[in-house]
Amino acid sequence: MEALNLNVIVFYLAAGLAIAGAFLMVWQKNPVASALYMLLSIVSQAVLYLQLDALFVGAVLIIVYAGAIVTLFLFVIMLLNLRGEDLVNPSAGPKRYVKLIISGVVGAELVYLLVESTGIGTHLTKLDSAIANFGDVKPVAELLYSKYLYGFEITSILLLVAIVGAVILARREPGEN
Amino acid sequence: MDYFFVALFVGMAFALVGGGLAISYLVAPNRPNKVKSQPYECGEHTVGPSWVHFNVGYYLFALLFLVFDVEAAFLYPWALVFREFGLIALFEVGIFIVILLFALVYAWKKGVLEWV
Amino acid sequence: MNLSGANIDFTLLLPEISLAICGFAILLLGVTKRGKDFGFGLGLFGLIAALAFTVQQWGTLETGFFGMVTKDGFSSLYNIIFLLAGIISLLIAQTYLRAKKIDKPEYYALVLFSILGMMVMASSYDLIIIFIGLEIMSIPLYVLAGFHRFNPKSNEAGIKYFIIGAFASGFLLYGIALVYGAGATTDLRLIAANYHSMAQQAPLLLYAGVALILIGFGFKVGAVPFHMWAPDVYQGAPTPVTAFFSVGPKAAGFAALMRILDFGFDSMDEIQSVLWILAVLTMAVGNILALFQDNIKRMLAYSSIAHAGYILVALTVGGEGAVASGLYYLLGYTFFNLGAFAILTILDTRDGTDSRFSELTGMASRHPFLATLLAIFMFSLAGFPPTAGFFGKLYIFSGAVEGGFIWLAIIGVMTSFVSVYYYLRVVVACFFTKADHPFQQVAMNPYLALALIITAVGALGLGLFPSSWIDLSRQAFASFL
Repeated sequence: MEALNLNVIVFYLAAGLAIAGAFLMVWQKNPVASALYMLLSIVSQAVLYLQLDALFVGAVLIIVYAGAIVTLFLFVIMLLNLRGEDLVNPSAGPKRYVKLIISGVVGAELVYLLVESTGIGTHLTKLDSAIANFGDVKPVAELLYSKYLYGFEITSILLLVAIVGAVILARREPGEN
Repeated sequence: MDYFFVALFVGMAFALVGGGLAISYLVAPNRPNKVKSQPYECGEHTVGPSWVHFNVGYYLFALLFLVFDVEAAFLYPWALVFREFGLIALFEVGIFIVILLFALVYAWKKGVLEWV
Repeated sequence: MNLSGANIDFTLLLPEISLAICGFAILLLGVTKRGKDFGFGLGLFGLIAALAFTVQQWGTLETGFFGMVTKDGFSSLYNIIFLLAGIISLLIAQTYLRAKKIDKPEYYALVLFSILGMMVMASSYDLIIIFIGLEIMSIPLYVLAGFHRFNPKSNEAGIKYFIIGAFASGFLLYGIALVYGAGATTDLRLIAANYHSMAQQAPLLLYAGVALILIGFGFKVGAVPFHMWAPDVYQGAPTPVTAFFSVGPKAAGFAALMRILDFGFDSMDEIQSVLWILAVLTMAVGNILALFQDNIKRMLAYSSIAHAGYILVALTVGGEGAVASGLYYLLGYTFFNLGAFAILTILDTRDGTDSRFSELTGMASRHPFLATLLAIFMFSLAGFPPTAGFFGKLYIFSGAVEGGFIWLAIIGVMTSFVSVYYYLRVVVACFFTKADHPFQQVAMNPYLALALIITAVGALGLGLFPSSWIDLSRQAFASFL
């Protein structure tokens, strides 16, 4: 009973931080602060996955998203040399609310969907019973290297193309200015 | 029970950092002067604001890092099932890595890894 | 681990593998001093090899890699469309790239990888594989749009396409996630089999998921109201790239849409009314806005939106006959649209051109043969008999009437009458407008000539034996039912 309560507390803490982080990410003026709030949100989500015993998903969220993607975001922000002050312009006030409204509508839709879909409760249990520990490392590995082998292999081509594309667009050839 | 270790871990992290600060606060002599309280106590003085335009080359480093980060994320589960799947798993991952190696060789030859 | 039934058969993937190997070879040779010139040849070789393997696969029906790869008539026909588009756009690209001094071997590799992505998209029943294919297709396209790095318009095109494309991918992935939430599967075969129980259990998730998937592909095929990016991107991108854009990704988007809507969610009747609205909007907005363009590339951008609308009509009607006519139209469109763009590319190879209508004046007297070909392609686009464009529209609209979509057919025919005006404007500018300055000579070479011959033969040949081609498309579509 004690552990259960602790689970619930940690869940609400992480869920609250995830939502608050996402909200502040949209709300912040400074892009660097936005990126850092996104980091907060992602780490909190990772905690939620860990609570579901989806160790692999949680770990990937931290390694790839929190580790690499947020870093890339920060690089881009530095690259463009964007600062909060640069983004302030006469239309900034209303635009902020537009951002908030759009994300609010999307969020409300999703909540409505999840609450109203009658099948969601039954379904999640079905999923649970079908694949125990569905997000743990070994079940993921077994699926990734058998059923999803093709997807795994062509992902490498996707990564290759991303590198080649970035090199072409960003690399200065000798003699170029 | 799971959370006991998490709490222990968090507690140790706080204790290590807080302990270090506390010990230096207690032990270190405290004689501030103007030079010492500058943000850059030693080394060069900073010129201009610290917000500067990055060289785009850094972005390519970061992107290359991301790609191999993803590769690592894929390889960890592979290591777990390697015994079970045997040679075929080696073959599967071999294709994946060779393709990414092509990308690395390409970027390398293009001079992306060189310091500009 | 039981690998039986997995059917890990790499011969199924021979077309994809030949593209990938040639792509790697181009990239690796491209960094050496001497290897830079092999890009074009290797690219063409890879495409032709893939085409040969695909033609060889025609008529087989095989799945492999745990059911993730499906090679059927449908995928073969689409793969042939992608490869033809690739071959033609490659033939016209080299001259242009050399003239603009952006002839880098990576161009050819990117085209190859992009087509590889399209083939992955068209050859799978699994939404995840379709998504990965879409990304492999799209990322090279973003780079190709911005390939002219020192041209601000090309940069704008690249960034715009990238942002809109990333947005569309987000929608699509979100939709796939919701569908997975409704049915715990991404396999369209399982979805089709269990559709009714899924719709009973989680109807909202399913509807929202399909709607988001539709929006995602709507951006990719350029359906109204998800078309805003198209004119700017088409205008800004290097012309041979625009040529490729107008056919390749559009066809790939339709390949995925056909598999998803006409197979996976065939039982979802509500889709039909949504598609109806999309089709009408796309035909009307595309054709009407095309009237007001001064730039031929922008005009062709709106025209390609309108053509997506005609194919959407076929999707709305659904069923073997209608979808087969959509496939036939797509095949024809590949030829005559690429033909039009080939001539535009040849004209754009000269310095100081901006593909305006006024630049066409005097073309007929200077290059009568080229002007005549341009007129043929315009007549095909407008749907004059006896071209492929005419028969395609005929089959699509008569299919709509037979399916009980009389208004849809009427609106379609009316909008395609509107289109005659702007296509003929090109012909009038070439033949009947007095030039106030002499027409600047264009340079021809064997590659350009070959591209023109292929497209002209295709546009006219498909119109000569329309019924046999329709039968072919019908066979292709029937293979996945």
